[in-house]
Amino acid sequence: MKVNGEVITPLFPVTLETFLLDRNYDLTTIAVERNGEIVPKATYSEVKLFDEDVLEIVQFVGGG
Amino acid sequence: MEQINNNVPSQSEIKETLIERHTKEVQQRLSNGKVVIAGLGGLGSNIAVSLTRIGVGKLLLIDFDVVDLSNINRQNYYIQHLGLPKTEALKRQLTQINPYIQIETKNIRIDEGNVVEVFQEYEIVCEAFDNPKSKAMLVNTVLEKLPNSKIVSGSGMAGYESSNEIKTHRTMKNFYLCGDLENGVEAGFCLMAPRVQICAGHQANMITRLLLGIEEE
Repeated sequence: MKVNGEVITPLFPVTLETFLLDRNYDLTTIAVERNGEIVPKATYSEVKLFDEDVLEIVQFVGGG
Repeated sequence: MEQINNNVPSQSEIKETLIERHTKEVQQRLSNGKVVIAGLGGLGSNIAVSLTRIGVGKLLLIDFDVVDLSNINRQNYYIQHLGLPKTEALKRQLTQINPYIQIETKNIRIDEGNVVEVFQEYEIVCEAFDNPKSKAMLVNTVLEKLPNSKIVSGSGMAGYESSNEIKTHRTMKNFYLCGDLENGVEAGFCLMAPRVQICAGHQANMITRLLLGIEEE
């Protein structure tokens, strides 16, 4: 699986939510694109990840 | 006291001057452009000034806050604006730059429930909040619910690290992210005019490019 350009092989099967929480992402400050499509926040716990998936995870930081 | 010139140029005088500077083709697109700016702090206030200077036709300015003394180190407000809603303080300044662009203001807090209603008629959304949760909420909601909109967002402009770390990234098809992506206030960095303005410049230029039909970052 490709995550922000890096090849990562998590233990499948895994949901997007578990994958993100395992990597200490704060789910309230991120946006995730999977295979070119935004993943709706409400579906993180249902989305199953596959080895051919390409993820872009954006973590927002404060300031503006 | 210095004399202030109160002769307001006519609409056609301003238009002709902008065409002379930018060319007719470019100016036509900018004048037909409309952009919503969510958050009028260090990013939003400076982005609004840039877009007004180049004659973008219509701006919707959104913020719920008032101008505070602690804002002045980086936000485009003056002592005379202290205590005023940021929407009103900014509108007054923009009118001094170009009185003929359409400026709408909304003094409201944006949440998941009102994004579609407030933003749906704008194809270009500028995210300029300061709080990372609000940034994420707006970006996620616009990308999920407004598939025809493009959003230009800012993340990572705190401190006084190198200017050159700040870049424009086309992170997703309709999502442009400007900043160094790392240096936030939560890491203990302060927010200061120079670097915040660099990020605001990136966002304003990406918005300009989108208005001119250029989608590359």
